[in-house]
Order: sequence, then C-alpha cells, then structure tokens
Amino acid sequence: MSSNATLDVVVSDVVTVNSLIKRFHFVRPDGSPLPAFSGGAHIVIEMQDGDTIRRTPYSLMSSPLNTTDYQVSIRRDDEGRGGSLYMHQQVTKGMPMRIGYPANLFSLDKRAPKQLMFAGGIGITPFLAQIHQLLKTNGNFELHYSARNEKLGAYVSELKQLIGHRLHVYYDDQDQRIDFDNLLSTQPAGTHVYVCGPAPMIDHVLTRCKAHGWPKAHTHFEHFAKAPPGEPFTLELRASNKFIEVGENQSMLEAIEAAGVDAPYLCRGGACGHCETDVLECDGTLLHEDHWLEDDERTSSRKVMPCVSRFKGQRLVLDR
Amino acid sequence: MSQPDDSAILSRPRYGKLSPVEANFHVFVADDSGGNSILSLAQSVPKDFFNDAEIIYINTKPVDNKATLEGLEALGCPRLYTGPTIKAALPRINASLERMRMGTQVYLAGSESLLGLATMIAMQVGLDHQALQTEHQGSLARRVQCVHCKGITDNVTTQPANCDHCGLLLLVRDHYSRRVAAFQGVNINAEDPSDIPVKEEMFS
Repeated sequence: MSSNATLDVVVSDVVTVNSLIKRFHFVRPDGSPLPAFSGGAHIVIEMQDGDTIRRTPYSLMSSPLNTTDYQVSIRRDDEGRGGSLYMHQQVTKGMPMRIGYPANLFSLDKRAPKQLMFAGGIGITPFLAQIHQLLKTNGNFELHYSARNEKLGAYVSELKQLIGHRLHVYYDDQDQRIDFDNLLSTQPAGTHVYVCGPAPMIDHVLTRCKAHGWPKAHTHFEHFAKAPPGEPFTLELRASNKFIEVGENQSMLEAIEAAGVDAPYLCRGGACGHCETDVLECDGTLLHEDHWLEDDERTSSRKVMPCVSRFKGQRLVLDR
Repeated sequence: MSQPDDSAILSRPRYGKLSPVEANFHVFVADDSGGNSILSLAQSVPKDFFNDAEIIYINTKPVDNKATLEGLEALGCPRLYTGPTIKAALPRINASLERMRMGTQVYLAGSESLLGLATMIAMQVGLDHQALQTEHQGSLARRVQCVHCKGITDNVTTQPANCDHCGLLLLVRDHYSRRVAAFQGVNINAEDPSDIPVKEEMFS
C-alpha cells in the first residue's frame, strides 16, 4: 500500500537563479512551520499537468533549521518528459500545490570526523541544506563544486559567504577540474564522501573511490533517475486484474496510478527501492533505469522499478 | 560449543574470510593463529602487495606460533610489529588506525576478543564496522560486560560465568555491544541466588 501522506502548500516565491535554474518556495497556507527534515532530504512535488499528474523528487536546499518554508531549485530540462518545464512555465507565486513529506536517502553520517562533498551543477542543492546543518553542529567538511561556467554556478557567492575557504569551485569553461584522485587519497581516517551531480560524475567518483580502496559504507551518492520517454506499451496488472496502457511520456508507475491502483513509492527516482515490483511474465526486454536492483535481479527479468524503468516487447505482467 | 553462525541474535558478530581488495594501503591486525589468515591471503596476491602494508601481530604463544611468525617476517612488509598481548598492542593498533588515510583496507584475524577490540578502536577513529574485513581464528573466549555493574570480564569461557567485578553469576548472552566490544551478561539467578547452575565450558 502507498502510505504517502501529502502536504498542501502554497508557492510563496519563484526566483530566477540563472538562465536554467529557478528556485521555488513553499509554505503552509496558514503559515505554520512545515515538518522537520534533515540535510539531504527530498520532497516529491505533485504537478497537475493537464490530465496527467506528475510526481517528481527534488532535494530540499533550504536550512533544516528553518522550516517556515521549503526551497527547491529546479534546472530546466528541455529534453525531459516535462516535469521541470511545467515547474518553470506553469508554476507561479500564490499557486496552491501538493508535495510529499520529506524523506532522506542522502543523509550525513554524523559519526564521521570529516565530510567530503562533491557537487556537480544542480547537484549542489542537497549540500546547501547539509551545510546549514553542519555549520550549526560545528561539523568538519569541505565542498568541491563543479559547474559549467560562472553564470551557471548557482549559489557560489552565497556559499563563499557562508563557508569561505571550505568551498572549492571549478568551472569547466576555465578548464578547472576537481582532482578526485588527489582528494580521495589524502583524507583522514573516518572521512565520508558524498556526491551529487550528473550520472557520469557520480559513476566516476564511485569508480575512483573503489580504486582507492574506500569502503562502500563511507561513500554516498544521490541521483534521481528520470523516467525516459519511450514507446507506449500494454501492461497487465495481475493482482488488480487490469490491462493498462503506458503512454510515451508516462512512467509505468504513473500509468498504474492513473488506473486507480495504489502502488508504493517514495523517491520516484529509482533510488529508494520502495516501488520494487515482481515481474510475473515478461516476453520482451525490461529497460532498467534505476540504481536500486542488483545486476542479477536486472538480468533475471523478475524485478522492476516502475518509477523509472520501461519495457519493450510483447507482453509484461506485474504482481500489482 | 557456541559458534557465531548459530545465533538468532542480530548483534552477534559474524566473521568472514580475509580477501585482498584494491586499496592504497593495507593494515593487518592478527593474533596467534590469525597470523595464518594473513599467510593464506598472501598466497593469492602479487609479490609487492605487502610493500604498502603494515602488520600488527600479537604473539601470545611464541613457541606454538614460531612458523607463523617466520612466515609473516618473510612477507617483506616494511612495518611488522609483534606484541605479547592484545592489551599491550591496543595503543599501537590505535596509533596505526588513527593516522591511516582513507583508502586503507583494514583486515582483522584471530580471537574473538581481538576482532571485537580492534573493531571498537576502528569505530572510534570513525570507520564503519562494515568497512573492516574480519576472519575468526582461535579462541572464542568472550569479553563480557555485566549489565548490572558495567564491569568487563575478559576471557570468559563458561556458561554461566561470574562477574570479576560484582561477583554476580551471569548468563552470557549473544547480545553484543560493538561500542564496548563485549557480550552482555545478565544475572542468571536473581530470584533465588541459592540456585546455582553448573558451569559448562561453552566459549573456548
């Protein structure tokens, strides 16, 4: 069962951060504080886009010490299925919206004597919330932030003010690159590493961590996969005894929800594992897009994460 | 005899088998027959593997361990420390783990007390217990914390066992604390102290 309680909020501000990024502020209609969260948490924003309800996860960037509002920064993705475009084009100040309660899949390990953070582009957002938390608790950290150029380096000046020399900024167009190998080989015992950014950056950091002998328990990453558009297909839901169509710009999870079937979810980005579903029959190919399943589960065609993954073939039956 | 895998208690540590992983540096901590786990790992690594390694070997039975020690010396490790007891080696283990850089793989092999104490030290310097490799060899004698007086009794091999500190007769549980590296001991005859169960050798 889905137990995803939602919060009714009002958009209290929409701020243009740069040519690609807008920041959205949400408050409760009565102005009372929103539920507490910890740095690294995300919310799922519900978007009523015509007949379609989209639900997309975004990291909270505002301070966990101040819950009068929640803030998220959203980068416009012209190639995506339309979630970010909806936010950029349709959402205005004063609009009522619905969001999920915060959930954290990228929390700080507070036992760590040092936190080493790598951000790429819009991946800066969860670190902003974490840094507010670390400043309050006098935590030891350093942030390495890479952006395409100065104009797209969102929040660099705010961060400089906030954390000074603990911020290291790298601009692609000035040929500045994070020296991962040097950083990963010189950290004191107990350091934890965190990375959020484009998928290739995350893959690179995880690969270099492994090569340098970093234990898995000390490496953390956050990447919400996106459900890619694709060919429409028919899906059989055995437990609900339904045949449904999954549209070109719809995820399986969205199609399941649109059919009135209550399916579990949390992050909707292939990271948390809540929506894992048993595949009963599969005549075709599952197109896995998640970070959750193990390799053998992927190849076995017996499990699928309907929030981001698709299918191509004749017949797919899910235990839902 | 109680074996790690028998227990239904989740906190009861389980151990694996040491296997070499890619890392910038390797620290080995072993006691007595645990040294053989290092020698066994050494058979499957390149010759220069131990150039970037440190071995801390606790040799409580120099006569029995003669061959093991000679084997460890032959590995050509630039830092090989040998000490007479776990207690004597604890500051050394602490110093080595404290100054290590991330990218160091820690391997522990030997008695349950050594595995527990070295894990405790590693956690104190900030390492996650899952970041360590462990292999059990030799004694299953337990460190036991009396839940009543909090005193710790080393080398407990019987069930029940007396607390060295307050004297209560304790049921030695599988319930384990990584923080104090000890199994929990609970008074076994609180209702009737005259009911004294026979001690059996359980953890040798």
